[in-house]
Amino acid sequence: MKTVLALVLCFMTCVSGLLAETPSVIAIRNAKVVPVSGPVLQKANVVLKNGLIEAVGENAAIPADAWIIEGEGLTVYPGLVDGLSTLGLPGFAPANPAAAAARRTGGGAAPPAATPIPTAPPVRGPEDRPQTSSWLKAADLIDASDRRIEAARAAGYTSAITFPTRGIFAGQGAVIVLAGNERAGSMVVAPSVGQYISTQPTGGFGGGFPNALFGVIAYIRQIYLDADQYQKAKAIYASDPRGMMRPPYDRALEGVIESPRILMPGRHFIEIDRNIGLAKEFKQSVVLYGGHEAYRTANLLKDGNTPILISLKWPTRAADADPDENQTMKEITIRDKAPTTPGVLAKAGVKFAFYSDGVEGRANIFRAVKKAIDNGLSFDAALKAMTMTPAEIFGVSDRMGSIEKGKIANIIVTKGDLFQDRTEVKFIFVDGIKYEPAPEEAPAGRGPGAPPSAIDNNEGNQ
Amino acid sequence: MTLRTLKQRLLITAFAAAAATNLLAEVTVIQNGTIITITKGTFKGSVVIKDGKVVEVGEKVMVPPGATIIDAGGQFVMPGIIDCHSHIAGEGNINEGSVSVSSMVDIKDIINPEDIAIYRALAGGVTSANILHGSANSIGGRTVVIKTRWGVERAKDLLFEGATPGIKFALGENPKRAGNVQQQGGGAPARPARYPATRMGVEDVIREAFNDAKAYQADWKEYNAKVAKGERVAPPRKDLKLEALVEVLENKRFVHAHCYRADEILMLIRVADDYGFKIRTFQHVLEGYKVAKEIQQHGAGASTFSDWWAYKLEAWDAIPFNAAIMQKKGVLVSLNSDDAELMRRLNTEAAKVVKYGGVSENEALAMVTYNPAKQLGVENRVGSIEPGKDADIVIYDKHPLSNYAKVQKVLIDGKVYFERDKDMSGRSLKDAEKKKLLDKEKADQERQRNEQKKNAPTRRPANAE
Repeated sequence: MKTVLALVLCFMTCVSGLLAETPSVIAIRNAKVVPVSGPVLQKANVVLKNGLIEAVGENAAIPADAWIIEGEGLTVYPGLVDGLSTLGLPGFAPANPAAAAARRTGGGAAPPAATPIPTAPPVRGPEDRPQTSSWLKAADLIDASDRRIEAARAAGYTSAITFPTRGIFAGQGAVIVLAGNERAGSMVVAPSVGQYISTQPTGGFGGGFPNALFGVIAYIRQIYLDADQYQKAKAIYASDPRGMMRPPYDRALEGVIESPRILMPGRHFIEIDRNIGLAKEFKQSVVLYGGHEAYRTANLLKDGNTPILISLKWPTRAADADPDENQTMKEITIRDKAPTTPGVLAKAGVKFAFYSDGVEGRANIFRAVKKAIDNGLSFDAALKAMTMTPAEIFGVSDRMGSIEKGKIANIIVTKGDLFQDRTEVKFIFVDGIKYEPAPEEAPAGRGPGAPPSAIDNNEGNQ
Repeated sequence: MTLRTLKQRLLITAFAAAAATNLLAEVTVIQNGTIITITKGTFKGSVVIKDGKVVEVGEKVMVPPGATIIDAGGQFVMPGIIDCHSHIAGEGNINEGSVSVSSMVDIKDIINPEDIAIYRALAGGVTSANILHGSANSIGGRTVVIKTRWGVERAKDLLFEGATPGIKFALGENPKRAGNVQQQGGGAPARPARYPATRMGVEDVIREAFNDAKAYQADWKEYNAKVAKGERVAPPRKDLKLEALVEVLENKRFVHAHCYRADEILMLIRVADDYGFKIRTFQHVLEGYKVAKEIQQHGAGASTFSDWWAYKLEAWDAIPFNAAIMQKKGVLVSLNSDDAELMRRLNTEAAKVVKYGGVSENEALAMVTYNPAKQLGVENRVGSIEPGKDADIVIYDKHPLSNYAKVQKVLIDGKVYFERDKDMSGRSLKDAEKKKLLDKEKADQERQRNEQKKNAPTRRPANAE
């Protein structure tokens, strides 16, 4: 543990050193630029100033005070966006206590109270608001010292959509930039971009309501009925409070009402069909997550104009699976077809973005994206699903997601094309501040007995 | 326009027209079979199916030109079996056992058309089934009727459109939680057992729930009256749990009550009479023969087992003559499975009733076809082979009451959903397809390993963790 701490401290000083050095104006000269929002520029300049993109173009003027990076032989991309994560919320990281402790040593700050769900008294029904923390805001809980931020940045991520993930109504997500070692508030790009809903029943038999999938669904339905009545009652009361009992304040409903969209699981066909239908019933705009069987649902998604976040953790057979086990055609088919999903959805014109779902490290993430490309997705579409589309889905494409004048200076500079095994990420700029990626070491908390991903167990994104 | 494009256009139009007429009149004729209509006798003859409906049944029928012929020579043609009590096709736990009253949950929300049990039931001749919530609660969840249309992708396509939805009640041991202390993880103190712990408590839960439902009904009536008068009032809360019970009170939702013993059956009849609702069916109802008269007077149906008893204390007094005795006393009786396996051979369950109790062959088959259709309120659609009804038909190679009878074909809405020959001949193809995918996966993994080895930076392996 001591060594880890020492390493961390050393690392932090290095970063501070870098921060101090970064000038306010930077120009990358004569690089190949892939803006995503427009055609590729074979030889162009990108100027970053005060954390924003000041200029981009073949003849973009380079200010005299600019710190210049020779871009010959390098490629500039918009920084990657993790479409769904728990980055910056170490309390929502994997439940493995050892790993959580290892992560906490990064900053020493205690993680935010992650489990607002009381264990007693037993829940008697929907009115007790079981497994609900809809009022929690990721933006309020950001812990800049979450060591996973550094690991994600080394893989080329410069921003992430981050959500509390525990419970049925887990809370509200934020768009954050993956800057390090600064005030958490300045990392927030958009403070409330949706409500994370999980339909995984967590209570066992006798563990309180709800303990079955249809109980969870009934609860969600009741919440939206209650929210509707709550708003009506509040409006009537507000119009003239005299002579009327005030409607009781309900933080669970407040949290639900203020969320501009909901995230619901969409891992397999039935779930995608079901949750599109439920969101429509509740009159909510929905973003689905999971997506590994979405290759069957292009029409359903297209008809409802429903965006979907696709997990980069492609299904594989467990390494320790019984070799003699009779596998069902269904599971084999999903393993075979899941990586074709992005290609199928792109052709159908469905809006989709990738999320890391616990896949860590540049090599692993690039390989996962490459797998989708090998299965019918174009490079351009893959890049879009890692940059512009997540920004669009969460309503921040006016400020990030591409290399355009005026947008946040989140860019990465590589040697070689993205998503190739041998490609090096040379520089990462977050809010115009330069980071050099740490060498591809095992990220914090990984190693033998590495915990399952945050988004893989019951407590993560299912 | 050139001659060629004109020709193409004409061709396309011709095709379109042909397709359209095919769609408009898809006619199938089942010929030369022994037709067991259930309601209109048994005879050698044919069934004509048009657009998913039976249009003609008889010894001699007109075969329209272009009709698809199914030769049932030497075979037995019967209406599809209807299972009034099944738990298949649900995703996840079918018991919301955390609360005594779980009428807010709905089986419809978790229908899973990919459950293999649907195909197995279909292959056993079942074409419709009442999918119920479990029996952990005095008042359980909402229920739906499905058709076993195996192969449809979307859950909504499995639903029996227009069938009245139901609700599960449960009496006796199952909804009780006596002494069943709820242990909690993490060293937290154990919780007390969920109410109720006794049969008296089961009755109390049901009465309390209907008290609440009546008050709720009154609240909404009052609110609507006030709004009609133009008063400024906040709306009451919509309560999913009580909504379902109000539907029961208003006769818009059928009560299917799990029960075993005579005393609890009488108890529920008393409660229903007190609150003014009807019990549509008593389910299992193993001591129904003791109180058949009371069941008949209430107007409830009985959906029972053929000869399953003594598997628990409250099933001690069950007898295989139950169905026959209740039937004789004028109760509408059906036989159910409550089980994905038994569901595949409900025809032999019917045969047992011929053996025990001397029910006629036709009446025994009615207990798995027409009677459950009536209990579910869908007898105008299914349950017998009659003109105007859905063409939900099963073809057996031998008499369906024989142990040796095998289902050959099953049609739902006139469409063939199961064919024994096709299933058998398709198996090797499916195995080959599976092997191909597994081989492909193995080859891919091999290739990836090699590629990663080749591309790894020389200083250290790329994926060392």
